Amino acid sequence: MSAAPLAPAPTGLTAWQRLGRWLYLHPTALLWLCLILPLLWFAGLYLGSLLSLLWQSVFTFDDFTMTVLPDLTLDNYRQLFTPGNLDIVIRTVTMALVVSVADALLAFPIALYMALYASPRIKACFYIGVMLPMWASYIVKAYAWTAILAKDGLLQWILSHLGLEPALLWLLQTPIGGNTLATSHLGRFLVFSYIWLPFMILPIQAALERIPPSLLQAASDLGAKPRQVLTTVLLPLALPGVMAGSIFTFCLTLGDYIIPTLVGPSGLFIGTMVYTQQGAVGNMPLAAAFTLVPLLLIAIYLWFAKRLGAFDAL
Amino acid sequence: MTWAVEFSAVSRHYGKVKAVDKVSLQIEQGEFFSMLGPSGSGKTTCLRLMAGFEQPDLGAVRLSGINAVGLPPYQRDVNTVFQDYALFPHLKVWENVAYGLKIRGMGRGDRMARAEEALAMVALDGYGDRKPAALSGGQRQRVALARALVNRPKVLLLDEPLGALDLKLREQMQSELKRLHRQLGITFVYVTHDQGEALSMSDRVAVFNRGRIEQLDTPQQLYTQPQTPFVARFVGGANVIAAPLAERLTGEARPFALRPEHVHLVHDWQSQPLQVEGVLRQVHYHGAYSRLELDLGKEQTLAVQLPHGEGETVTLPEPGTRLTCGWSRQAMVPLREDGQEDGQGGAP
Repeated sequence: MSAAPLAPAPTGLTAWQRLGRWLYLHPTALLWLCLILPLLWFAGLYLGSLLSLLWQSVFTFDDFTMTVLPDLTLDNYRQLFTPGNLDIVIRTVTMALVVSVADALLAFPIALYMALYASPRIKACFYIGVMLPMWASYIVKAYAWTAILAKDGLLQWILSHLGLEPALLWLLQTPIGGNTLATSHLGRFLVFSYIWLPFMILPIQAALERIPPSLLQAASDLGAKPRQVLTTVLLPLALPGVMAGSIFTFCLTLGDYIIPTLVGPSGLFIGTMVYTQQGAVGNMPLAAAFTLVPLLLIAIYLWFAKRLGAFDAL
Repeated sequence: MTWAVEFSAVSRHYGKVKAVDKVSLQIEQGEFFSMLGPSGSGKTTCLRLMAGFEQPDLGAVRLSGINAVGLPPYQRDVNTVFQDYALFPHLKVWENVAYGLKIRGMGRGDRMARAEEALAMVALDGYGDRKPAALSGGQRQRVALARALVNRPKVLLLDEPLGALDLKLREQMQSELKRLHRQLGITFVYVTHDQGEALSMSDRVAVFNRGRIEQLDTPQQLYTQPQTPFVARFVGGANVIAAPLAERLTGEARPFALRPEHVHLVHDWQSQPLQVEGVLRQVHYHGAYSRLELDLGKEQTLAVQLPHGEGETVTLPEPGTRLTCGWSRQAMVPLREDGQEDGQGGAP
């Protein structure tokens, strides 16, 4: 850069060409020029809005006048720990965990097949198959499921023809059941697992795709049986993908309010609670405090994952 | 005696492509055996047939006398050093080396000791706690070697292991491999496309072309007594005198190999028993010698190696000059007419 002033001033150039040369000699200036707008957006709107949300969570909500007062308080966070609200958090987190585990179990074999065994043609079919439902409207899919799961709905009809109706009725009597599938925790779990499945398949598939085939051959060459290749090479190397996928499924379940509204028993989720607090009640501070819950949970989750070595392969 | 590796008429086809076509070979215990050939000649497929990554469509593969057809890689007493090293990125260097021992259920303490021992063997002691990503290419290569050797396999398979290294490192690794081979007494099967590497390291070399073995011999025999035009060109960089010209010169209608250093320029006052005339096309100066390429017409080219003696002022002829060359009858090595001429030009 210090050589720039010593260079002979280019003569006979248009202003544009001079600007071009100046920028070529000052790459940092060019970098800032290209980055300043996206960076402003990122810092100001993307992160700033989150910070302002968190800031609101320490405001006071006056129950009597139903207005928000700018008096700082930790009351909203204290409220999270009242039995009713704690219930909501536990209910949501349990669902998020179960959905993440179920999706990981469903997604891994599919991702493994796509990444290591499928021909390019079949792989393309799988890509489309995985993503096609993602492109369809999410609310329509959730509604469709209410019809599938309804009393005497499609699922029950199929099960009754397979002679499995007693099993369904027995399941509905368990704590995860309800009057019908559509109003049971089980039903809600099915819909969540269905909707978020692509978000689990794609990152796992991407992680497995990066494994060179020679690595699997090397393991086998060194004496590992197929099961040992799976546990010592494939799973550890797929783990970052599983983590990425589970962060999607976990966060999306924690924040969702449409599926808990449409499917499953009454009883609020974090998403529906936030919606109620800010929409119907206008208690923005408590809603903001609730949004901190997923943030914290994910941070703890990532910290544990890192401690367990989930990102060692990256 | 039982062979370390034995192929009897082994074939492996991919659709219509015969990657390996009725190959038979026997590798002795403790031998340094190389499989040499251009890419796509079937040498790597043969190695993969030995490792168990491929199964033959026809023929028999025996390892130490045991029929290995249908035997998966993890049940074979062979280990492979892969071309891309194939180190496990999530494991430390010592864990990589000890992987085979862990699979066999060896305790952690013993594993660490054996891994450190194997790392010392390739001069990498003290590197055990690093991740493979923190090593250079040459170091990774040696970790891959240690990981295979720590299991003391009967046969070590090496798939172009030095291909990704620079020249200096490659030469260093060549002598290190030779040292390990002498020291351990394990059978080495070495795949390479570099004829210099194959000739300098091996006890015997199988030259592959189009899925078949063209010649299986000691390095000296391959170099001095090639049997086919392909071997003459690929291994020794020799001229192949095609049958028509050979018939005119010797009366025998078959191809002959002729080494460039056995061809001399003929000046007016001399004569050689066998002489031809050609147009000089290219001159390559190599310091100790120069290499001339002559066009003899009728698609016959001739490479001539011109030594530069002590204190000699080198004046090289200009391209386009007509030159006369000659050589002795003994310099011509008769070749088998195998009808598998691949149309490659003269000597490289």
